[in-house]
Amino acid sequence: MNNPETYSFMRELADSWGLLAMTLMWLTFALWAFRPAAKRHHDEAANMIFKDENDG
Amino acid sequence: MDATLTRTGIWFAILLLCLAALANAVDAVFSVHMLIVSIAAFIGLIATVWNTEFDSVSRDVLRIPADTSRYDDDPIRWGVIATVFWGIAGFLAGLFIALQLVWPELNFEPYLNFGRVRPLHTSAVIFAFGGNALIATSFYVVQRTCRARLAFPGLARFVFWGYQLFIVLAATGYLLGVTAGREYAEPEWYVDLWLTIVWVAYLVVFVGTILKRKEPHIYVANWFYLAFILTIAMLHIVNNLAVPVSFLGVKSYSAFSGVQDALTQWWYGHNAVGFFLTAGFLAMMYYFVPKQAERPVYSYRLSIIHFWSLIFLYIWAGPHHLHYTALPDWAQTLGMVFSIMLWMPSWGGMINGLMTLNGAWDKIRTDPIIRMMVMALAFYGMSTFEGPMLSIKSVNSLSHYTDWTIGHVHSGALGWNGMITFACVYFLVPRLWKRERLYSLRMVNWHFWLATVGIVFYAASMWVAGITQGLMWREYGIDGYLVNSFADTVAALHPMYMLRAFGGVLYLAGAVIMVVNVWLTIAGKLRTEAPMSDARYDEEADRPAVAVPAE
Repeated sequence: MNNPETYSFMRELADSWGLLAMTLMWLTFALWAFRPAAKRHHDEAANMIFKDENDG
Repeated sequence: MDATLTRTGIWFAILLLCLAALANAVDAVFSVHMLIVSIAAFIGLIATVWNTEFDSVSRDVLRIPADTSRYDDDPIRWGVIATVFWGIAGFLAGLFIALQLVWPELNFEPYLNFGRVRPLHTSAVIFAFGGNALIATSFYVVQRTCRARLAFPGLARFVFWGYQLFIVLAATGYLLGVTAGREYAEPEWYVDLWLTIVWVAYLVVFVGTILKRKEPHIYVANWFYLAFILTIAMLHIVNNLAVPVSFLGVKSYSAFSGVQDALTQWWYGHNAVGFFLTAGFLAMMYYFVPKQAERPVYSYRLSIIHFWSLIFLYIWAGPHHLHYTALPDWAQTLGMVFSIMLWMPSWGGMINGLMTLNGAWDKIRTDPIIRMMVMALAFYGMSTFEGPMLSIKSVNSLSHYTDWTIGHVHSGALGWNGMITFACVYFLVPRLWKRERLYSLRMVNWHFWLATVGIVFYAASMWVAGITQGLMWREYGIDGYLVNSFADTVAALHPMYMLRAFGGVLYLAGAVIMVVNVWLTIAGKLRTEAPMSDARYDEEADRPAVAVPAE
């Protein structure tokens, strides 16, 4: 762990490919919520908590 | 009968092991802790042998209604009582250390000095009060939103009692002078190991319930709960990696050293805030605010974006606790940049919660529970604005190590975590005990105002104290020497410390009113009181128009 080469490698990975991968993953997850079919799905999910007869 | 015999045997074996560890302990505190675990094992043994008697007595004492629900609510009822109990304990400890800062004579050496009671306070409010609230509400919400009974009911009970044992071991350890020297992670290695076991059991119960769900979609509150449980497991294990000096003693040494150790600690510390006090309580918000408002969440899509943004950003914000230290400069900047970016999802979440009331804003006037939730969200917004601001290096150079930080933490903890938890307790108690309503809604209103005014006193006094402190520390005279000694700054803060303690008295008074209200609701009493709001009635105007003869 204390090897300077490991440190440089990890650091360079983090601020290049690592950062890119994280950004792309986040974009995918966020944009996924905007797909056209999501609207109905989301409405159902948001109202699902009121369907139950046994929760007071 | 066979099963009972086996379980009794297991309890007995644990009891004997603990007594052996007690006899061979290398230090006094370890033997005290083994004594506590032995007592716990003894109680477990008795409870196993007299199972039916124990059950009926506890149902009687706690007024637990017969189990007619399709859900497993007993651990939730215990959890709500534990939340209220530990809340009072934690607030009392907080008020006590606030008073110690006003009157140092209150430092009763050695068990009740500031250094020992302070971690007792932080752990009691975060892990005992907040943790029990999270465990109880997560078990409630996951069952309702999955329409399934808790998976592994025995394990769920183990989670509750195991967590209480963790709290008792941590609290007694602090008072006896044990600390691993890591903020919000002070318990030593054996208590950490115990919490790991309990936490994995918690994860198994939660995921097990999600897996047997009857609903196709996993409601967003469960995403937040799951992120909280998983991330806390990861943070807890990595941050507490340590080598014990002896397996029969309390002392251990961290696996990291120097700046790596500091960064690991604050990676943990900030994400304890991010995933315990934020993600977990947001899960409460996403279920209980729509339920109490009787309207679906403002934007389900926004809640999903809120979730992913919070998860992706929070984990990198920890280095802002180490500005201007030996930590590499790029890491400090990274912590700062991610903290500032966090402002957006935080406010997105706040807006999502507040706008859930869109079209029903009158409920803020008529429903004191909604009012508490709205105040909680307002404080969530305020403290998540203040946090990114404090993480900016130039602001941090003034605020770091001062009481401003303490003020910031408390506007989040008292305002956001406290208020949303109180609202959930008020929501849950009548439902869990099958009561028509709370004992008194007007008392909820009193609680709301006492708590709110208490927070205002707390936050305002700490802003003034923090900025005073920061400016006095950095003040140079023309001769190039510092103008103020440290003791000068302490003297200057004395009135602010008094105001802070007064705020604490108000907040505690509100919580005491909650205890009375919850107690009497569970006892089945209803207070006869005028309703909170009523349409105005004007008797003068309420009569037919009489034709007035012309003069």
